Amino acid sequence: MYGLVACGLSLIFGVLRIINFAHGAVMMLGMYTTYWLFTLLKVDPYLSIVVTGPAFFVLGMVIQRTVIEPNRVAAEHNQLLLTLGLALFLENLALVLWQGDFRTVRPPYAGASFVLGEALVEVPRLVACGGAIVMALALFAFLRTTDVGKAIRALAEEPEGALLMGIDVGRIRAVAFGIGSGCVAVAGALVTPFFYVAPDVGESFNIMAFVVVVLGGMGNFVGALLGGFIVGLAESLGATLLPGSLKQLVVFALFVLVLLFRPAGLFGGGRGR
Amino acid sequence: MGAEVLLGLALGALLLAPPFLPPYFLEILISVMLFGYLGAAWNILGGYAGQFSFGHAAYFGIGAYTSTLLFLNLGVTPWLGMLAGGVLAAAFGLFAGYLSFRYGLRGPYFSLVTLAFAEMLRVVAVNTKAVGSSLGLVIPNREPAAVNFIFAGKLPYYYVILAMALAAVWITRRLERSKLGYSLLAIRENEDAAEAAGVDALGMKLRAMALSSFLTALGGTFYAQYFAYIDPTITFGPSVSIQGLLQAIVGGAGTVLGPVVGAFVLTPVSELSRAAIRGRAGVDVMLYGVVLVLVISFLPHGLMGLRRGRGNPPRVPLQ
Amino acid sequence: MDTRLSLLQLDAVTKRFGGLTAVSRFSLTVGAGEIVGLIGPNGAGKTTVFHLLSGFHAPTEGAIRFKGVSVVGAKPHQICRRGLARTFQIVQPFVNLTTLENVMVGAFNRTDDAAAARERALEVLEFVGLGARRDVPARALTLSDRKRLEMARGLATRPELLLLDEVMAGLNPTEIEAIIGLIRRIHAQGVALLIIEHVMQAIMALSQRIVVLHHGEKIAEGRPDDVARDARVIEAYLGART
Repeated sequence: MYGLVACGLSLIFGVLRIINFAHGAVMMLGMYTTYWLFTLLKVDPYLSIVVTGPAFFVLGMVIQRTVIEPNRVAAEHNQLLLTLGLALFLENLALVLWQGDFRTVRPPYAGASFVLGEALVEVPRLVACGGAIVMALALFAFLRTTDVGKAIRALAEEPEGALLMGIDVGRIRAVAFGIGSGCVAVAGALVTPFFYVAPDVGESFNIMAFVVVVLGGMGNFVGALLGGFIVGLAESLGATLLPGSLKQLVVFALFVLVLLFRPAGLFGGGRGR
Repeated sequence: MGAEVLLGLALGALLLAPPFLPPYFLEILISVMLFGYLGAAWNILGGYAGQFSFGHAAYFGIGAYTSTLLFLNLGVTPWLGMLAGGVLAAAFGLFAGYLSFRYGLRGPYFSLVTLAFAEMLRVVAVNTKAVGSSLGLVIPNREPAAVNFIFAGKLPYYYVILAMALAAVWITRRLERSKLGYSLLAIRENEDAAEAAGVDALGMKLRAMALSSFLTALGGTFYAQYFAYIDPTITFGPSVSIQGLLQAIVGGAGTVLGPVVGAFVLTPVSELSRAAIRGRAGVDVMLYGVVLVLVISFLPHGLMGLRRGRGNPPRVPLQ
Repeated sequence: MDTRLSLLQLDAVTKRFGGLTAVSRFSLTVGAGEIVGLIGPNGAGKTTVFHLLSGFHAPTEGAIRFKGVSVVGAKPHQICRRGLARTFQIVQPFVNLTTLENVMVGAFNRTDDAAAARERALEVLEFVGLGARRDVPARALTLSDRKRLEMARGLATRPELLLLDEVMAGLNPTEIEAIIGLIRRIHAQGVALLIIEHVMQAIMALSQRIVVLHHGEKIAEGRPDDVARDARVIEAYLGART
């Protein structure tokens, strides 16, 4: 699950070279959208992806165009602050509009589960996992085969070369951001059947996403997915070793260690310091 | 010359007016001073050395918890506890800083690591019974005793934080004109070139970190004494980190008065927005987000940048 | 060259980056007060040598001694303290600081006192001819002025050896003349200079000795006229006759 969120983040970083703090906020908004679609219009969360995905793709593009693009040449840390500001705005907008109570999306199959060997598998989680893999594969294929996808990869690797090749870099950047946002919104939708919806959910996923992205290598999409897997594993491992929420410590420690010693990520291909 | 007169008047007002202010305004002023103080502390590392820490809450929390624990368990006066907290925070800062700088973390990577450290401390605090877990710690309503950093009424607290803020501003001013200050600015501008010009980047950054974390921790103790309640989310949470850096960025990172100016602007904005839209938490932070985006987009050097025309960095004056 | 007098000594220095050998068994000595030119086609490894000398890279093999003491493993600022300063091929001013403040950073090398640093910086600015520009933010300086600024910053550290990396690149003939004059004045103060340059006439005129680097190897060394006539040097620049 973390993997999909991280994929989007990795994409944004690879192309735009900024660390998008607002990523988690977008996911949160995606979850809220799913919630409202479910509550008001009785749309099944999985089906609503058809709406949510493209909608946030567009939103992402809009955000990129209006807020981020004009500041493209600003100092790195300023861009970071920019996305931070964005995140603050979005998170608290949600807080103001919908208040902080937890909400849940409970479609009929929410509690469905079956036993696989010795483990209890919950259907919604399985679907989310599967959905994430499907999306990641789709993203991968998109990047490899379509023109737009190749343009994105070109831009990520060789910004100046891409410009010279006549690629409309401004548009591509917006698209990349849009895709990243769409991905994460979809991730949000996939998660709603088993995760609570509240303005601050974005934050916890945000941090995890950063950890995953760094682990997998910034800009390395496959690495992001694998990284997501590792983080999930680490978290579970931590849960068995340490009580309460201390399991997060394992993940954070891993994060710090990777940042210190292998900032290009465990799988390389990322941009180091 | 005009600026100095203005400053003098402002200072006079800050010193003399408060006893006559209604309690609500005094509260706001205290908040302004606290945030300005935290901003100034952050500014040393962020504005001058150019290392943007997103996890300064770590030091705030260390300060708050250290002094409070010493007070509650050993009866140590918070004045001393404050210093102990500061030293501990500085030690942690040096540790985190050394790890980060030694391994060449710069820019966003550094920011992320500082965030990670703060979060780790928060998680540890939430899970440690000895520090009250997520319920936090309460300073019971004891007899007001100046020696114990407990006062009746808000006025004394105001003067304490005013003194701290003024001290922070003074320290920043001294820093700016010192070798350390120039070194930090050089590092901020271009670390490699600074090294080539003889600046010990690692050493200087660590010094900045130690100073910044020490000061931030003192702020934590003040908070604990003023509000008499602390918990992991308040003290180690991102909100404190963001508050600190917000004042500095909006007011002008890398300037002496920036953080205080920032605080004077942001706090009323926050208060007014909360008053205007009652019952809806988060309006003020939402506005913070907007302000941040606007400032970065149009006034990257903060409000102090206005002094020299838009977008120009404020100058380090040479006397 | 009597090695006991040499300020800088490189012994069979080799630098490899993964599979790429940037510098190969390069030996060089620079004596106190000498002007030595380092030339070679693009990619020959000249700037890498500077990085090795100033502590930004460590040699894979070989020894580098400055004033008799090895600098291998020392950090750039330590090497600067010892008296070796450098400029960068692409100028690196502190853009948000004024010209004076830029140079003060260098001056702080020798003092902890701000007033003393300021004085020293002003002195150096006058020397390089930037006195009038001292309060101008570095970002507002022309390229030619930025190059002077870079040199001034290095000079403020009171070096015994100054490394100049293509300081004349991008300058027009008038500016080049001026820089040549400045370099001569620096030399007159007793500072040794190791200069990388592509502007042939300038470096031939300035240097007492020229060293030619090609594909990371020294292919010639000697007086400017001799080197200019050396067949291997000509071949390196113009390509081999087939």
